Amino acid sequence: MTPDESPTPLIHARGLTKKFGEFTAVDAVDFDVASGESFGFLGPNGAGKTSTMRMVGCVSPVTAGTLRILGLDPNVDGPRIRGRLGVVPQQDTLDTELSVRDNLVIYARYFGMSHAEARTKADALLEFVQLAERAKDKVEPLSGGMKRRLTIARALINDPSILLLDEPTTGLDPQARHLLWDRLYRLKQQGVTLVLTTHYMDEAEQLCDRLVVMDKARIVAEGSPLQLIERYSTREVTELRFAVGVQETLDGQLEGLGERIERLPDRVLVYSNDGEAAAAAANQRGLRPETVLVRRSSLEDVFLRLTGRSLVD
Amino acid sequence: MTALLAAQRVLPIGLGGRRAWLLIERNLFVYRSGWLVLLSGFFEPLFYLLSIGFGIGGMVGDVPGPNGELIPYAVFVAPALLATASMNGAIAESTFNVFFKLNYAKTYDAVLSTPMAPGDVALGEIGWAVIRSSLYAIGFMVVILVMQLVQSPWAVFAIPAAMLMSFAFAAVGMAATTFMRSWQDFDLINIVIMPLFLFSGTFFPITSYPPALQLVVALTPLYQGVDLLRSLILGHIDATLLFHVVYLVVMGLAGLAVVARRLDRLLLK
Repeated sequence: MTPDESPTPLIHARGLTKKFGEFTAVDAVDFDVASGESFGFLGPNGAGKTSTMRMVGCVSPVTAGTLRILGLDPNVDGPRIRGRLGVVPQQDTLDTELSVRDNLVIYARYFGMSHAEARTKADALLEFVQLAERAKDKVEPLSGGMKRRLTIARALINDPSILLLDEPTTGLDPQARHLLWDRLYRLKQQGVTLVLTTHYMDEAEQLCDRLVVMDKARIVAEGSPLQLIERYSTREVTELRFAVGVQETLDGQLEGLGERIERLPDRVLVYSNDGEAAAAAANQRGLRPETVLVRRSSLEDVFLRLTGRSLVD
Repeated sequence: MTALLAAQRVLPIGLGGRRAWLLIERNLFVYRSGWLVLLSGFFEPLFYLLSIGFGIGGMVGDVPGPNGELIPYAVFVAPALLATASMNGAIAESTFNVFFKLNYAKTYDAVLSTPMAPGDVALGEIGWAVIRSSLYAIGFMVVILVMQLVQSPWAVFAIPAAMLMSFAFAAVGMAATTFMRSWQDFDLINIVIMPLFLFSGTFFPITSYPPALQLVVALTPLYQGVDLLRSLILGHIDATLLFHVVYLVVMGLAGLAVVARRLDRLLLK
């Protein structure tokens, strides 16, 4: 879905800029998010993802450019817009002085819901995020994954038009991540518009219909995960890992193994449409890597191509 | 409460304030399960009264009251203990608790992701501090009424006066808290509170000071409350009480305005 196809995007940004003093955190980015879409910001730490999300969440004033959320201007209608957003911040901001259920009830009250409405909604959401048995517990003893789920339940309390998730699964173990992804996928199925930031390629591939890659405060590429991989990478990648010190002696011996060679500190990546053939070619040249791995191209490769460095650095 | 409503009108519209009571409700939820903690504030002035009012008072004997006639020392000191307790209650709630929520629990970050605004947080926390210390004020008034330390029907105004005091101190305390960088900075609050507690006409009349010093003390914040409450409880009514009221209202509104703006700068950057 390109920006022009949708006449009224839920989020519309043009030349959106955020500066903190002299430092430019977000540098004139353009993007649109359509209703029902699942949209991602992919990029390393410090790329400007969180600053962009905070502006969209109406908790950070726009320095320059245009930003419209649900057709409204955050500078004018901040509280009204916030009333229709659900926010999952990067760090949990659960109320540690309240029980699990009261966290939701009180949060519902902040949105102006009645007590009865707040309680009903809280109980339904505790079921949805599988925390009903912990309703009366304090927040502190919950595991990281449980806290994340409670934060997501809290973000859903007002039936938001847009759910903003800033690195929703950072720091979670694989099991907790998959449970969370499952819940987010269900929301997506229900038609909730998701906007998320992540530095995990698998997360972006799982959840995002469309994403932008951010680096150094700018958007460097935009498309669906598949489009990005097709545009910026090859179908397959052959990873060659050599014994310590060997890689440095390989000058001139790697060229031509694939369409493109990327040399990382710990391994060599050979980009081609046939990974096995590239591995065989390396073997024929007498190269003896300690391990050979052929895999599909991922967004990590896209990012590497676009910025010359790996995503989590 | 009238002061709070007035404050609401003075606050800039964009900073909010209408949803403040939802934050008060949040605090009520917190103490619903830990209401025993709330009792501590009731005992503080009571213990001072027993120790200093009656204990030391027994050695001091009668002292001249605001009307000039001799009164037992406990009668003299009781209203000042109410004033002090209102100050301490307001300061404790608006400094330590707020600092924790602001910097560690990130409570307000979550609150501001909703339609709530910084003005709601400011007014809510200060309003809560006022509610909490007015409960103590009511409790303490009942105690001194039973002990026959109240000498005038004007004393019914002592409770709203104590609430006004806690509003003023909570607002300024919370304003100061928004500038604090670490727990060490709270020593600065003690450096201010301690001398106020000891020298504001609390335990002896300020006429004991040389005239120049009297004037200085008469302009400090706790003295306004001490003199206001003592005058009401002992029935010494004159125009200076109006000055005390205006002083405390202005102090509270100024604090409130600073808090709302500081929260806006700290949390919505």
